[in-house]
Amino acid sequence: MIDVIDLHKSFNGFPVLKGISLRVEKGEILALIGKSGYGKSVFLKHIVGLLKGDQGKVLINGEDITTSKGTGLEKLRKKFGFLFQGGALFDSLNIFDNVAFPLREKTRMKETDIRDKVLFELEQVGLQGSEKKYPAEISGGMKKRAAFARSLILDPEIMLFDEPTTGLDPIIANTIHTLIKNIHERLKFTGIIVTHEIPRIFSIVQKVAMLNDGVIIAQGTPQEIQASPHPLVQQFIVGGTEIAEGN
Amino acid sequence: MNWIRALGKFTLTTLRGLGEAGVFLVKGFSWAFIPPLKFHRFIKQIQFIGVNSTLIVLLTGAFTGMVLGIQGYYSLKKFGADALLGPAVAISLIRELGPVISALMVTGRAGSALTAEIGIMRISEQIDALEVMALNPFRYLVVPNFLAGIISFPLLASIFNVIGIYGGYLVGVKLLGVSAGGYFGEMRSYVDIQDILDGLYKSLSFGVIMTWICCYKGYNAGYGAEGVSKATTQAVVTSSVLILVWDYFLTSVMF
Repeated sequence: MIDVIDLHKSFNGFPVLKGISLRVEKGEILALIGKSGYGKSVFLKHIVGLLKGDQGKVLINGEDITTSKGTGLEKLRKKFGFLFQGGALFDSLNIFDNVAFPLREKTRMKETDIRDKVLFELEQVGLQGSEKKYPAEISGGMKKRAAFARSLILDPEIMLFDEPTTGLDPIIANTIHTLIKNIHERLKFTGIIVTHEIPRIFSIVQKVAMLNDGVIIAQGTPQEIQASPHPLVQQFIVGGTEIAEGN
Repeated sequence: MNWIRALGKFTLTTLRGLGEAGVFLVKGFSWAFIPPLKFHRFIKQIQFIGVNSTLIVLLTGAFTGMVLGIQGYYSLKKFGADALLGPAVAISLIRELGPVISALMVTGRAGSALTAEIGIMRISEQIDALEVMALNPFRYLVVPNFLAGIISFPLLASIFNVIGIYGGYLVGVKLLGVSAGGYFGEMRSYVDIQDILDGLYKSLSFGVIMTWICCYKGYNAGYGAEGVSKATTQAVVTSSVLILVWDYFLTSVMF
């Protein structure tokens, strides 16, 4: 379970998060929506302790990650899988070694078992046959899927997705969404997805929250959000503009 | 009053930067003593910093020795001491030029690439990915470079010295007619083990300076391609200047 309580963060005196509170129950996926540049990725990095808030708590199964250090922080991070916006695959390793990396570093598994597990995960994300390729040799969608396989390889309890489909065509985006849905059914992870994919994301998640100007302006089930009377939420769902349309 | 504010801001930023760089160095060294060492990456970095710099060190070493041979010969000849060309070339190289020039060449070749590599890993969130996997980025990125620098720099300086002495020999003995026996014989009398050790200590510390500054700048690179390019330039300039400043202090202490 993820419990965020009154989280504040400023950069050089400029407030980005102004008191965010939200809860994601075990096994639930929350979609965090909102305008670009309003701190969604910053918020996600607080959940895994890559950034520390100026105030507030981030409780992971009751343990505050904002105050955790050393082995305590390491123990908490072992629960996470994180799909970064650009994939964050290691350039110097091929796809197989990228996906095998956490297993080789964090477990004592035999190389034959590692091979089986990596090939299984690559098959799950539809990348069988691409093991020998390097990140520079594959498309954006393949990078995302390889990164997804790497983030899943240790069977995480919590998955964080930072705009998993940004920059991908609708077919690949749908493939990624289906993958998230299928793998969630298999692993039952708790998850947060930062996304702009509305309304497609509503079929995958159990909860939606909208971040605007550093605060959560609406949260609830996809149905509740779709019915929200808040003008910004409606503008976001319908896809309105911020500037006057020309003739 | 604006200039006072600007001066204060500059002072605080500089002090903060120095403090952060100092903490980075201490952290890097602390992790070097905590096993396990990432051996594969350590060997890879020795190859990258050391082995791949051999050619440039051979070239610069040979020509530096040859220049020293010509310059030394004509200077010493004025005093009727051209027989001492061998020790003059050897001492200049072993104590000073070998460690300094090889360090500057390796900084230009490997240091810039080191900063760019770590900087790109920073901006493409690869370092964040390591942290999320509960893995220590220092152990993977900084420690292997520190150790590779400490091992490679003295070896490269030694190669520079040997080839430089032969460069001086070619010019002094083969072209200008200094006696071969005198060139090497006098060298044996004038160069002692302390000269060699001092040179090695210098190049070892230059290895630490280069890897420290280049890793630090890459690790803290700003956003985008511009951030990485700025970090790379700063790393090479700062490392080179620091190497020369530190060389002055070490030389003062060692004599």
